[in-house]
Amino acid sequence: MSIWEYANPTKFLRTSARVMPMLWVASAVLIIGGLIWGFFFTPDDYRQGSTVKIIYLHVPSALMAINAWFMMLVASLIWVIRRHHVSALAAKAAAPVGIVMTLIALITGAIWGQPMWGTWWAWDPRLTSFLVLFLFYLGYVALWEAIDNPDTAADLTSILCLVGSVFAVLSRYAVNFWNQGLHQGASLSLDKEENVADIFAYPLWTCMAGFILLFIVLVLYRTGTEIRQRRIQALVARERLEA
Amino acid sequence: MTLQITDLSLARGGVPVLAGLSFTLGPGRALILRGPNGVGKTTLLRTVAGLQPPLAGTITGAEDQIAYGGHSDGLKLGLTVTENLRFWAQIFGQRDFEPALEAFNLAELRDRPAGGLSAGQKRRLSLARLMVTRRPIWVLDEPTVSLDAASVQLFAASVEAHLAAGGSALMATHIDLGLDGDVLDLGPFKAKATAPVADGFDEVFL
Amino acid sequence: MIALLLRDLQLAFRAGGGFGLGLAFFLIVTVMVPFSVGPNSTTLGTIAPGVLWLGALLACLLSLDRLLALDWEDGSLDLLATAPLPLEGVLAVKALAHWITTGLPLVLVAPVLGVLLNLAPAGFFWITLSLLIGTPALSMIGTFGAALTVGLRRGGLLLSLLVMPLYVPTLIFGAEVARRGAAGFATETPLLMLAGITAGTLAFMPFAAAAVLRVNLR
Repeated sequence: MSIWEYANPTKFLRTSARVMPMLWVASAVLIIGGLIWGFFFTPDDYRQGSTVKIIYLHVPSALMAINAWFMMLVASLIWVIRRHHVSALAAKAAAPVGIVMTLIALITGAIWGQPMWGTWWAWDPRLTSFLVLFLFYLGYVALWEAIDNPDTAADLTSILCLVGSVFAVLSRYAVNFWNQGLHQGASLSLDKEENVADIFAYPLWTCMAGFILLFIVLVLYRTGTEIRQRRIQALVARERLEA
Repeated sequence: MTLQITDLSLARGGVPVLAGLSFTLGPGRALILRGPNGVGKTTLLRTVAGLQPPLAGTITGAEDQIAYGGHSDGLKLGLTVTENLRFWAQIFGQRDFEPALEAFNLAELRDRPAGGLSAGQKRRLSLARLMVTRRPIWVLDEPTVSLDAASVQLFAASVEAHLAAGGSALMATHIDLGLDGDVLDLGPFKAKATAPVADGFDEVFL
Repeated sequence: MIALLLRDLQLAFRAGGGFGLGLAFFLIVTVMVPFSVGPNSTTLGTIAPGVLWLGALLACLLSLDRLLALDWEDGSLDLLATAPLPLEGVLAVKALAHWITTGLPLVLVAPVLGVLLNLAPAGFFWITLSLLIGTPALSMIGTFGAALTVGLRRGGLLLSLLVMPLYVPTLIFGAEVARRGAAGFATETPLLMLAGITAGTLAFMPFAAAAVLRVNLR
């Protein structure tokens, strides 16, 4: 049994319909549980007070904002190389989710930044990179919307995604070089001393797992919608052929 | 050069239009495509010219052999008649464009900007481009649009000369050029809704 | 290839070719800046390198939608695609023609506009050099964007939306060179990065542009 079986739209719809309810429940439980744990059962930070608790929304959404693009890149590559329609549609379905995640990260960041740095916005490299990422998402979605023929749209957006990824990485380095920044270091990493304390880390991991599942289920759901839409188009086209 | 089309299926805008099309076009022959509007003549010609991939089937003998003439004239209105022709001659690695000017009766217009020509004159210029390319297979989409009777005669004569020199021509046209060519009606090759189509099409969603 | 370059240049310089429009736009943007930020020459001197870079970038962007659209409308693009030239080469040549008619004049006129903006004397050399190295990348990336949107209605606005994010690294490093140069700091690092981006863009973007153009032609 090969993974490419799921490239068949019918098979994809059947399998995703089976796993989606579990994923919805699991992501809801993890996010709600993680947030309650984080908001009410962890102490305030000695410097940042209770504002630190926005971290439980900020970090997971930032994580998914980047990984959504990465998933789109992989899906685009699969479309370009193997031409599986579901893959192209999954990339299309992930983009708006990525936009929302980027927006959540930017907005929660601003709300957090105001009391901490005394400003809603600063041209810090991390913040700027996210803004640039947001622009890349906008362009990608706009291109999908502008093209009528779905296969042409899939081809063009895939190549835009590949080229865009290279330039997004370049922009990240450029922005880093351009301004050294205010943003604190990574909140979580596997090898650093500067990690947040365990007491904050456990609910944070929970929220992150919840966001990952939420992203997966949203993409599955939206891909299903896209597949059904294409199916309607194909049926209409066949109708016209028979007439 | 023999152009061979085997079991070709084509789509336009994601919808299959032609299926199971096969024919051979040998040197010195002309093949005229007929069929109602929307049957897929333009799609077939563009596919043969290599501008779009077929859904299924093979095309052999087309690589770097085709001179394509589409609906649009492909002229730069700001350049003169000679400049337009010389450009295409250079692109195709040729130098000589005088015979083409003569054949389409454009010699007197040679220094006029293409923007100042009438529609028929532009068409003649765009057909003269075919001669300039020196490619053996002419693939033409409605070449006689906006030509008057005399110009149609000029065109027919140039096609005949091209065939006599061992070239071939594949064209979609509704008027009778009096050419010694075969006629292919595309109507019977219209794609059926039930026909199985190769991978890479909306059918996977059904 | 050379014939194509000469034809594009000829078309650009003939009446109605649009040569000089980008240049005029660059001039106007630069003149508008003091009106919007005020006539204080210290302020203007500080922002001059950035304004010149942004103006050049916008002028470049403005002329992109004509880059392939004209050839698309009159059918030449179909004919070029069936010609014995690789499409990658055709697009690289078109980008070169765009640079000669748009980018190069911008580079040459930037120091003159620098005077208007009270650019520091040390900055003139660096703004010219950074634009000279950076604008070819702008033309090449723009050609990719033009190939991406060539068949679309309302392609112009979409083109800007798609191309601008791709311009970010070039703009950052280019303006950084000009800014550091004007302030008398070392410029080697951003200059090398800028040159690297331009070289990489020129090497790889023709392939990406040809790939999307093939999709759009079919």
